[in-house]
Amino acid sequence: MAAQGIEQTGAQPTPPAAGYPSGGKAESTGSFSWTPYVFLAPYLLLFTVFIVVPAIFGLWISLHNWDYLLPEQPWVGLQNYVNLFTPGSPTAGFFWQSMEATGIFTLFSVPFLVIIPLLVALILNQSFRGRNFFRAMYFAPYVLGVAVVGVLWQYILNPGFGLINYYLGALGIGEGAVPWTTALPWAWISLVGMTVWWTLGFNAIIYLAGLQDINQELYEAAKVDGANRWQRFVNITIPGLRPVFLFVITVTILASANMFGQSYLVTDGAPANETRTAIMYIAEEGLENFRMGSAAAMSYILALFLALISILNFRFLNQKEED
Amino acid sequence: MAAAAKTEGRDAGGLARKLLSYAVLLLLTLIFVAPLLWMVSTSFKPNPETTALPLSWIPKTFSTEGYSTILNSSSQSPALLWFLNSMIAGLANTALILVTASMAAYALARMEFRGKRFLFAAIISTLFIPPIILLTPNYQIVDQFGWLDTLLAVIVPGAAGAFGVFFLRQFFLSLPKELEEAAMLDGANRYQIFFRIILPLSKAPLATLATLSFLTNWNDFLWPVYVLFTPGNLTLPPGLAILQGAYTTNYAVIMAGGVLASIPVLIVFIIAQRYIIQGVARSGLKG
Repeated sequence: MAAQGIEQTGAQPTPPAAGYPSGGKAESTGSFSWTPYVFLAPYLLLFTVFIVVPAIFGLWISLHNWDYLLPEQPWVGLQNYVNLFTPGSPTAGFFWQSMEATGIFTLFSVPFLVIIPLLVALILNQSFRGRNFFRAMYFAPYVLGVAVVGVLWQYILNPGFGLINYYLGALGIGEGAVPWTTALPWAWISLVGMTVWWTLGFNAIIYLAGLQDINQELYEAAKVDGANRWQRFVNITIPGLRPVFLFVITVTILASANMFGQSYLVTDGAPANETRTAIMYIAEEGLENFRMGSAAAMSYILALFLALISILNFRFLNQKEED
Repeated sequence: MAAAAKTEGRDAGGLARKLLSYAVLLLLTLIFVAPLLWMVSTSFKPNPETTALPLSWIPKTFSTEGYSTILNSSSQSPALLWFLNSMIAGLANTALILVTASMAAYALARMEFRGKRFLFAAIISTLFIPPIILLTPNYQIVDQFGWLDTLLAVIVPGAAGAFGVFFLRQFFLSLPKELEEAAMLDGANRYQIFFRIILPLSKAPLATLATLSFLTNWNDFLWPVYVLFTPGNLTLPPGLAILQGAYTTNYAVIMAGGVLASIPVLIVFIIAQRYIIQGVARSGLKG
């Protein structure tokens, strides 16, 4: 292989066309080549059929009374959207209740999922024996799916013979009969708590990588200047983690706003649909009741909210950087 | 020297802090691991014991009843079939992602062609599309293909995501161009370069992508709940939801299902821990 290489290079002394180091023969002479398209074709086929087409087709569906079980799907214009903003329509009440559920869950889960993993990462960032072991232990629940986590916590949270009430009862708290999955605010505490348990490791790993990226010389210099631990944290660690914060907060908000499995398996939306999230309601409306037009309209409204939050979050954190 | 003396003086405080750290670390470990141990313990209890007080961490009577119930393939909850289905779907989906994403990523990283920038921007922008808007339309598309209630429904659409392309393109860009240029002077074409030079150099990112893809597919919940219905055609996550509905308080059975669904991903995690953690950490820094 190597010998052949030398031979051929010797026989072909002309350097490749200047300014076109990445091109092949056909590309460097400027003629058309099929090669890039051959490489792209398999992925682009999937991309077109399962992302581009459905993204547009969804809008089309949302403009129809698209009942999947009926032979005809009449055009209704913006009616599905108007219904969502008309109090008393069949969908408006349930939809905004589910949006509120998603909002509550996001509002209460995100702060825990932003702050606790940072503390865990700070502890893990010290050098000590068994660091990788602990890191793996904290991350382990995250590799389990929501289905496993859901059925497991549904048992642990059972009011009659779940672990939590059993130990609370032993401590004399709540008479061991807290209705963790059937009444508020307990259902929210359960859903937020199990989600923090499940996904904390993910954010912690990201913080840990961010912490290790901060220039250690900054800490040394600050020590020389007499800065204490807290001052170093506020003046070096926090600013150093800014891009990581942006990522963690955005990803966590989006993940929380897309919550489905926990409510589906643990509370089943109880009590009285209070913990039925937007995703859960959209899936029910579209794929159980087959009213796909209104389900599609709801999904675009939800997507609009999510886009807005991402943009605001990005603006806010970037603005801070400029200050 | 003065600095060394100073460090020594601080050692007592350092030790106390270290002990406190270890106490916190162990407490956290307990919080993360105890529920998993509880699942395993429950799965080996006879069912009446799973709802009997006082609770016991170690089964008083050791029983494999939970497992024999779900592993009986003639039942309404053929968990062994679910396990096989999950395995087939996970492996096929991962293979499909590796092949399509690596090829596309290489073209986007190294070749010049018309519309490249637009195409890359279009692909990346879909990373920000909330998947919920694709739910009902994709259901109909899959139905049109006759894929509802088949494994193809949980293998193919999930391979269209842009993450793999984005992730591998970043890696290909970081490879030195000299290798490819030398190979080109040797008369190698793009295909030979891709298969003989680029892919062998990309084992680590490919392993990372494979691991993350498999875990994602294995754990996927919402989509399979709605596109698979016949008991024998389910994957494990919708299967667990069925178990929960069918066996309500037979926790030995439900936890046996949970253990069955956890074992492969925990094994993957133990073997490929480095790749998973690096993959997650890197995706964070890129953002």
